[in-house]
Amino acid sequence: MFNYTFRWNQAFNALPRLLEGALVTLEIALLSMLIGIVIAILLTGCRLSGNRVLSAIARTWVEVARNTPALFQIYMAHFGLGAFGIHLSPYTSLLAGIAFNNAGYLAENFRGALKAIPDTQTRAGRSLGMPPIQAFRLIVMPQMLRIAFLPATNQMVWAILMTSLGVTVGMNTDLAGITQELNARSFRTFEFFAMAAVIYYLIAKAVTLAARALAWRMFRY
Amino acid sequence: MIEIQNVRKSFGQLEVLKGIDLTVNKGEVLTVIGGSGSGKSTLLTCINGLEPIDSGRILIDGTEVHAKSTDLNKLRRKVGIVFQQWNAFPHLTVVENVMLAPRKVLGLPKAEARAIAVKQLSHVGLGEKLDVYPSRLSGGQQQRMAIARALAMSPDYMLFDEVTSALDPQLVGEVLDTLRMLAREGMTMICVTHEMKFAREVSDRVAFFHQGVMMEIAPPAEFFGNPRAPELQKFLSATH
Amino acid sequence: MFDTALTWNDMAFLAQGAWMTLMVTAVAVVAGTVMGIVFGVVRYQAGPYWSLPLTFVLDIFRSVPLLIQLVLGNAFQSIARLGWDPFTTSCVILSLYTAAYCTEIVRGGIEAVPATTRRAARSLGMTWRQDMRYIVAPLATRVSLPAWIGLTLGVLKDSSLVLWLGLIELLRASQILVTRLQEPLFILLICGAIYFLISFPIARLGGYLEKRWSPND
Repeated sequence: MFNYTFRWNQAFNALPRLLEGALVTLEIALLSMLIGIVIAILLTGCRLSGNRVLSAIARTWVEVARNTPALFQIYMAHFGLGAFGIHLSPYTSLLAGIAFNNAGYLAENFRGALKAIPDTQTRAGRSLGMPPIQAFRLIVMPQMLRIAFLPATNQMVWAILMTSLGVTVGMNTDLAGITQELNARSFRTFEFFAMAAVIYYLIAKAVTLAARALAWRMFRY
Repeated sequence: MIEIQNVRKSFGQLEVLKGIDLTVNKGEVLTVIGGSGSGKSTLLTCINGLEPIDSGRILIDGTEVHAKSTDLNKLRRKVGIVFQQWNAFPHLTVVENVMLAPRKVLGLPKAEARAIAVKQLSHVGLGEKLDVYPSRLSGGQQQRMAIARALAMSPDYMLFDEVTSALDPQLVGEVLDTLRMLAREGMTMICVTHEMKFAREVSDRVAFFHQGVMMEIAPPAEFFGNPRAPELQKFLSATH
Repeated sequence: MFDTALTWNDMAFLAQGAWMTLMVTAVAVVAGTVMGIVFGVVRYQAGPYWSLPLTFVLDIFRSVPLLIQLVLGNAFQSIARLGWDPFTTSCVILSLYTAAYCTEIVRGGIEAVPATTRRAARSLGMTWRQDMRYIVAPLATRVSLPAWIGLTLGVLKDSSLVLWLGLIELLRASQILVTRLQEPLFILLICGAIYFLISFPIARLGGYLEKRWSPND
């Protein structure tokens, strides 16, 4: 059945290059999360602002991010913006696509977290003489952060997995891109991609564990 | 006849039944009282075979409950049990709740199962509530439905595990009335309860469990009038 | 009215792509759900310790990018000389991917059925199978439905990755038209609208079923 000789040493020799790619993968994922969080906070603010236009924009963003494929969003950044004469590099389109996706999911997550905290909490804070901003910062925010934290770490894992989509728009410096490039030269597809799979798996697990450790330190109550 | 012979049962380190011997005759109503953790509820689940025992034997009409060769599902048709939490099946209407086991376990045709269900539900006073979902019933009604559900299997024995403990006080009466009715009809029953007045009224015998041991068993007049075990005296004076 | 080189033929081409997306999604969701139910019951029955190997394998499908899984699956079928075409390979990988998520949904659904309710069923003389079929299955289905609808929508979106194996599904069809007609924004907007058009009824159906079932709890 298996008329095929596995040659792993070639793949092992390429390990340093693959790990370099893994760093780029992690970098894109982290950047996309940071950008995503900032935009998500803005979107949440827009939705709560009561301003019709702002909240419609925010709602549209969230709906598009959640209801179209991530790859579609990356294509939009890479090909779609060409209509406006904007031509993004693979790196930038990938980052923009994932950040767009993150922002949509995180905004929904933040809104859910905010809704989960009863009004009585704010009222209790106010009754102690806190001004609204202070009550939000000292009472609501910390509780909200705790609720939103776990879904946000899931989103981080998603972001890592999504970076692999860059290869479809010509990205060649991240883990998937480098793997594909090595594969194109050697045709040891299975070996190279198996190595990449293991590295992705380890990164995903490391992020999950780190997030859990962080949550354990941050949320002691 | 239910025969319980030197039954022992532990949950981890904790021994909850420390060698229980007890026989309940056909047609008899036995009530069991005792503090929490006395092992009285565990005994009921063991009689129904829902919990394994560590040693000893439980025989129902001569069939050993915990023997490997016993078909528990068959045996359980003989022994109905109703729990403190009434455990309605929320996705089925009241009449469907009661019909399910006769149809699927006894294999009765739908019409026949429905007839039985309607009869039992009318019997416990729920004849008007056949097609509503349990979520629309009060706790007392749900508990009476659970009783009808067990009765629909025409069991020879009924076990009641603190069936009124989770109810609002004003709903306790209707459920106890149903139990009284069953007792009058000659059903063989073991009732674990905290309702002393009920125990005094309906029981042929009353048993007192304390820390996994059956300390006293006697007809109600003697049990309440002349309790011998000091633990029972203390228990009775605390509850009155 | 609107100046475009897009013809009805091109629209038919997009529709064919959408059909491919639907087919791949349907196969993956059906097969993945069946496997997910089996694995979910096994996971629940075996307990966390004995189901560890299964949990580990399924976790891999959730922790490695789907694109990598597809490439690996394709390489594997060629090494093993299974002779699968890209459609089959895509369906197999996507089904396993779906099953990995569905398993957790099923397990969660079973765990949500109160032990006391199941005990009541067993006390009436029902066998394990009868309890599973008449009590656990309907109740767990209700609990799991929102997550399962979410999974279906997720698979619909993720199915776009099969384009990497050469299948012309909706996104790939759009890309081909973009290259040919050089009208990227317009065509991609149509593509996005079609995704919306497919997702929306599924999401609405889920919402409807959830609402219809909830008052009976």
